[in-house]
Amino acid sequence: MHLVLFFIFGGLCIAGALNLLFQRHPINAALSLIVVMSSLAVLYLLLGAEFLAAAQVIVYSGAIMVLFTFVIMLLNAGSEERTHGSKAAYAVGIPGAAALFAALTYIFLSNSKALSATKLGDYIVTTSDLSKVLFRDLLLPFEVTSVLILVAILGAVALARKEH
Amino acid sequence: MEVNFWIFLLLSVLKVAVVTVILLTGVAYTVLLERKVVGRIQNRWGPSRVGPFGLLQPLADGIKLFLKEDLMPAGVYKPLYIAAPIIALSCALMSISMVPFGANIHYHGVDLFQISDINIGLLVILGITSIGVYGIALAGWSSNSKYSLLGALRATAQMISYELALGLSLVGVILLSQSFRLRDIVNLQARHGMLSWNVFGGFQFVAFFIYLTAAFAETNRTPFDLPEAESELTAGYHTEYSSMKFAMFFMAEYANMITVGCVATLLFLGGWTSPFGHLFPANLGGVAGVALLPIFWFVAKVFCFLFLFIWVRGTLPRFRYDQLMGFGWKYLMPLAIANILATSLWLAFHAA
Repeated sequence: MHLVLFFIFGGLCIAGALNLLFQRHPINAALSLIVVMSSLAVLYLLLGAEFLAAAQVIVYSGAIMVLFTFVIMLLNAGSEERTHGSKAAYAVGIPGAAALFAALTYIFLSNSKALSATKLGDYIVTTSDLSKVLFRDLLLPFEVTSVLILVAILGAVALARKEH
Repeated sequence: MEVNFWIFLLLSVLKVAVVTVILLTGVAYTVLLERKVVGRIQNRWGPSRVGPFGLLQPLADGIKLFLKEDLMPAGVYKPLYIAAPIIALSCALMSISMVPFGANIHYHGVDLFQISDINIGLLVILGITSIGVYGIALAGWSSNSKYSLLGALRATAQMISYELALGLSLVGVILLSQSFRLRDIVNLQARHGMLSWNVFGGFQFVAFFIYLTAAFAETNRTPFDLPEAESELTAGYHTEYSSMKFAMFFMAEYANMITVGCVATLLFLGGWTSPFGHLFPANLGGVAGVALLPIFWFVAKVFCFLFLFIWVRGTLPRFRYDQLMGFGWKYLMPLAIANILATSLWLAFHAA
């Protein structure tokens, strides 16, 4: 049951990601990204991370992607035009991507013993477990990250302000 | 084992079908209620021709909408134009599945009065509502019309802004009940009837006010109905829609109203519990009373919310756009954060 769901939503995730790259119209690409985000949420749920799954849907597919589509609608962006692209992208990009893929595969396969503790199942990481780790054990990194995001927001406001 | 599984499956499917039918009927009669009440507020009768007191009007409306010609305007982006009302309606219908309507009564292992009882029920409702925005946004964009696009942009901006205040206003309640599960949240309020409801005994009246205001904005109701402001935008995001596709947007709006009313009832007004607490004996009316009385209270509370929605529509004028944004960001948001701080400080002092 869990494995079937994993394959369905993992496949949906990859199909969405590929569709995102192949679509020429930005709004279709944005919608495929929503599919990717939502199927990731289901994968989190299969791993027992219920809060993370809900937060993924609310924050990523619900808020951030709405902003993406909002901007695309506001600018009324048209279809992309096909260009020949840069030669450097062909020369470096394909071998680079292949090398990255090979390296990741090697690392995952060679460390599969250490990683195999994760498995699909019925167990659930409750929200209180998560918050204990987040607000007790990892408090400092958490707070530092939020300050970092605050700085980013302030930077965006400073950039967007009109000159007086 | 085998037989039990099939009974479970049958009962679950039956439950989903019954809830959907009741919800859709509820939607149809909420529309009638609105036309009647707004009619009386404006000193006229409202629909009164079809059936006794106009009670069959929803049926006539339904037949009319089904039989109307389904126009497809030139220049629309077809896949999204068709998908948009489906997204809007299905999200509106889906969120009701987390709502518990009555006491926790099991029959052959099936929870009779709730479709799915999960740990993060409240978060799932929030998630589904946040996906529902796409229905409106895509409808406006794919219609290829200026009015629709402007309506959709307004709706998107408004819903994102008020979603924050809405989510933050719920944090106080979650802090009190320490659970996202809707049944836990209600059970906490069940001890002393009305006195232990979150809005009174839990001192969450500020959160209640914020939630209510944000809910008006989330459902695009007056005084926040700028996405479909008919004096400026013809009809807003659904200008280009006709026949059943228009009806789907209409149904989605009213289904959202009902869901928002249900959530407010569960979180702030004690859900299906009686306002009189234990003044009356718990086994009043035998088995049927134990099962049906909670449903009566739940429906009565949701009905009050629907009436409030309609009453406000008949009373308040529409906000201006900058007032809408200013109210959401500068007033409701800080108020919600202050409420969270106050609630957590109060809880911390009590725990210490």
